[in-house]
Amino acid sequence: MKNLFVTRAAAAMVAAALPLAAGAADKPESLKIGMTAFLTGPASVFGVPARDAAEILIENINAAGGINGVPVDISFIDEGAGAEALTSEYRRMVESGGAEVMLAAISSGNCQTLAPLAEDLQVPNLMWDCGTQRIFEENDYKYVFRTQANATPEMLATVLYLLKTKPDFKTIAVVNQDYAWGRDSWDIFITALKAMKPDVEVVAEFFPKFGSPDFSTEISRLQAMQPDVILSTSWGGDLDTFVQQASQRGLMNTSTFVLPLAESSLERLGSALPDGHIIGARGDHYFLHPERRNDEDFKAFMTQYEEKTGDVSVYPVFHASQAIAALKAAYEKAIADNSVDWPSEDQLLAALEGLTFQGLGRPVTLREDHQGVEDQLMGTSVQTGEYPFATMQNIMIFDGDELTTPVGQNSIEWVGALDAGFVESVTVDTFEN
Amino acid sequence: MPTRTQSSKPSNKVNARMTSPLSWLWIVGMAVIIAVPFLVPSMQLLVNFALAKGLAVLGVTVLLRAGQVSFGHALYFGIAAYAGAFLMTSMPATDFFVILIVGVLGAIVAGLFVGLFVVRYRGIFFGMLNLAFSMIFWSILEKFYHLTGGADGLRFTRPTVFGQALDHVQFNMVLYYSVLVLMVALGWFTHRWFASPVGQLFQTIKTNETRLEYLGISPKRALLSGYLLSAALCGVGGVMMGMAQGVVTPEYVWWVRSAEMVFIAVLGGAGSVQGAFLGALIYEVVRTYASVYAGDIWQMILGGFLLIIILFAPGGLIGILESAFKRDTTKPSAKTGDRK
Amino acid sequence: MNFSIFLLALFDGVAYAALVFIVALGLTLIFGVMRILNVAHGSLYAIGAYTTVSLVGYFLALGFAPAFAFPLMIVSAILVGIVIGAPLEYFLLRRIYQKSEVLQLLVTFAVFMILEDVQRLVWGTQPYFNSSALQVLGNVTVFGVTYTAYQLILLPLIAVVLLLGMRFFLRHTIIGKLITATTEDREAAQSIGIDADRVFLFTFVIGAVLAGLGGALASPTTSILPGMGADMIVLSFAVVATAGLGQIEGAALTALMIGLGRSFAVYLYPEISVLVPYLIMVLVLLVRPEGLFGSPAARKI
Repeated sequence: MKNLFVTRAAAAMVAAALPLAAGAADKPESLKIGMTAFLTGPASVFGVPARDAAEILIENINAAGGINGVPVDISFIDEGAGAEALTSEYRRMVESGGAEVMLAAISSGNCQTLAPLAEDLQVPNLMWDCGTQRIFEENDYKYVFRTQANATPEMLATVLYLLKTKPDFKTIAVVNQDYAWGRDSWDIFITALKAMKPDVEVVAEFFPKFGSPDFSTEISRLQAMQPDVILSTSWGGDLDTFVQQASQRGLMNTSTFVLPLAESSLERLGSALPDGHIIGARGDHYFLHPERRNDEDFKAFMTQYEEKTGDVSVYPVFHASQAIAALKAAYEKAIADNSVDWPSEDQLLAALEGLTFQGLGRPVTLREDHQGVEDQLMGTSVQTGEYPFATMQNIMIFDGDELTTPVGQNSIEWVGALDAGFVESVTVDTFEN
Repeated sequence: MPTRTQSSKPSNKVNARMTSPLSWLWIVGMAVIIAVPFLVPSMQLLVNFALAKGLAVLGVTVLLRAGQVSFGHALYFGIAAYAGAFLMTSMPATDFFVILIVGVLGAIVAGLFVGLFVVRYRGIFFGMLNLAFSMIFWSILEKFYHLTGGADGLRFTRPTVFGQALDHVQFNMVLYYSVLVLMVALGWFTHRWFASPVGQLFQTIKTNETRLEYLGISPKRALLSGYLLSAALCGVGGVMMGMAQGVVTPEYVWWVRSAEMVFIAVLGGAGSVQGAFLGALIYEVVRTYASVYAGDIWQMILGGFLLIIILFAPGGLIGILESAFKRDTTKPSAKTGDRK
Repeated sequence: MNFSIFLLALFDGVAYAALVFIVALGLTLIFGVMRILNVAHGSLYAIGAYTTVSLVGYFLALGFAPAFAFPLMIVSAILVGIVIGAPLEYFLLRRIYQKSEVLQLLVTFAVFMILEDVQRLVWGTQPYFNSSALQVLGNVTVFGVTYTAYQLILLPLIAVVLLLGMRFFLRHTIIGKLITATTEDREAAQSIGIDADRVFLFTFVIGAVLAGLGGALASPTTSILPGMGADMIVLSFAVVATAGLGQIEGAALTALMIGLGRSFAVYLYPEISVLVPYLIMVLVLLVRPEGLFGSPAARKI
């Protein structure tokens, strides 16, 4: 018995090692990839649009003949089913499901869990949505790449836009969700803000629990304090509830709201979001992207997406498009660089290093530490009447190179060392709408 | 339920047990589980998770024997996992066994503290009070972000085993077979404990608590001993789960997790030691595959599964197996008997 | 903390407590009469909210006035009671009255899981929001701070009406007395000709309507999204257990304690606001094992 197991295990190991040994790989029948996304739970406001977008994009690639003739076959894992189901299914998809590349994940917590697992399993993993800046600052990964920015440039762009458009404010309050994103994003934001505007006064910090159904008490307190600026990096139902309740109680008339993730809530908020509040999109993601909205590929996709879902695109759709664009570009580059029919894993990893690709936004480049450098779009809300919800005006697109923490440095230390001069020195393109 | 209490008495016919098809099934089942890492390596992690959860379910099962149900036992699962994680993050390269022991000690201490209060209660109040304690711990984990990592939890690297740093394949093997050994050892221990005098007194709480009082025995004390055992078992499950995941999150303590443990205990066969593990395996497999192949309705599938079991097979999976095999074993011996 | 801030915290607490009480009322009624702690109560709450938002959205799109939202809330609550509550009791719970508490609880847990997915299949995963009802009533200004009349006046008013109405109903109407009699002793009630099955069905439907009403009333103030039921159920469990199971007045007082505790915590020490309901529950139960208003005689175990 025992001997049989040992021989079998040894044979399996040898068999598994063989393709690696060869310089190139045989062209597979299809390229299997796995993608994790929240299909259930509150974060499915991001996961479901991203899945829909990924399906459209993959269909388009396959309709155009796949990657070097190989069709792409994508399957999804629900991040909402819990960490155990997620990790065991991720492993199964890689080890016996034949997935060659994984796209994971939305939740920063899941990224931090899956990144070491991807290294263990030796599978290339594109982190397609999670924002924690810690991943590449605290560890080196061979197999893990991020095809968009992280929390640092996202928050830095928010601070810069605020200082450029409303330089004279004195007081600020924060209402963030009580989990890692809410806490970390506030850390980065306030460190950067204090570095560039040392006289700012923080009058209140609230971290209501994630998924809180009611912000009445927080709003009452904010009304009593009347801060000039109120920051909230909340998203999904929490952001909707907060903005609606604040709008009801008139808080939005007395304070300027800074909402770095509100782009994903614009359509749902409808008329509840009045003019003059600052909106971000975790990158240059906007269905009316000023530079991209007249491009054929952009317009075609937007139509396809609206036909399929009935909604306008939100930032996770852009993030999904970037991950899939990176995947396609990396395979094509590896094939061209090595003059092979199909790249080996090492050739693919080599192609990913320093890769530049373009999804629905501006082009993104993967740095040597595998962090994507992505430009950041910010704007101010305006109800034009053209859509039944607020859109953006006075749009600025910041250059990702200048906003991303230099390789090897810690984000908090780096933004803490910036100064007021930084506001004027950054490269920015401004658009009326 | 009385049939099961009987079977736990050592007086049961040893011969019948050795030859009954059901025990053959257990032996085959064990052999399959032992062989999983070689035969279907992709299932190894899943089975590992399931058995770790099974250990915690065994803890809930112990309480069910006394007719008590806790809707907060994820507390011990989480406390042990967090104790291990705190140790790992403050002293990296701590040994696997040290973490296991510290984690379980954490669960026992917490179990003693909470147990002293909750053993005064029965039924719904017992369940609710446990729920309240677990929710307090959950809120603390979520709120005191700088200490506990908040909702993202604590992440740690692989511990060493006897001072040796292992790669992930080796470590997973160690984990897998440790959880297997723990399952057999603790399953056996729990089985013996039910048959021991303390265990018998403990189970009397379900059937006739007043009798205990007449006998001059404190039912609270009897319940506390079982409560500590159950906390320790949940603790073992929690530490093993934490190490298998490499991360612990407040979700370990969330009330749905506690309910899930009771769910699995009833699914497997309330009060049965083997049922705890069988239930956990089936549950984990159904849950994983349902979430993959029926992503939109996996909760519905699990819920429906539970309803069917409760309504049509109240003995759980073990009950189904037992009745299936009882029919088989009675057939030959009943040849001359009542069969027409 | 000056006087106006004190008043504000008071208002916040009362508005919050009113909503929690309405949901907990249904839960404690069902438990008091049927001895079943209904985990699916949270799902009924969520479905009440979803139904209201859908109906309001539909009728407003047809050009009805926003005030039409109020009757639609009642319609949604009744729909929840009749379309989901009644079949649930009739086809499922009726089969398990003889089983142990644990199994009963697990059955409702299974129903909860199933209904969670039903919500997602029917309404999808995107949050809904419709605050027409809130906007109709406008704002009131108290000590320089604006508050919505809906939360500050209407919700507490409804809660008080429901509390008094339920007391009156149980003590002074025939059906109420039948329910009370069945609660006291089911077999004796049956022996004098009370149809206990119908009493249970009726009670469960009323409880479900209250859950639905809680959701309907919450809908203008909050985003309706997957998972909202799971949070509400734990909170109303805490209220019901602290009050003493089946204690209606107790539930009102406990809801108020939890609401005020939470709102004052936000002003004084925001970090513990989430802990408040559970801390109150543990403290109360440690001192009074049967809950604030529960009587030891009610222990049937």
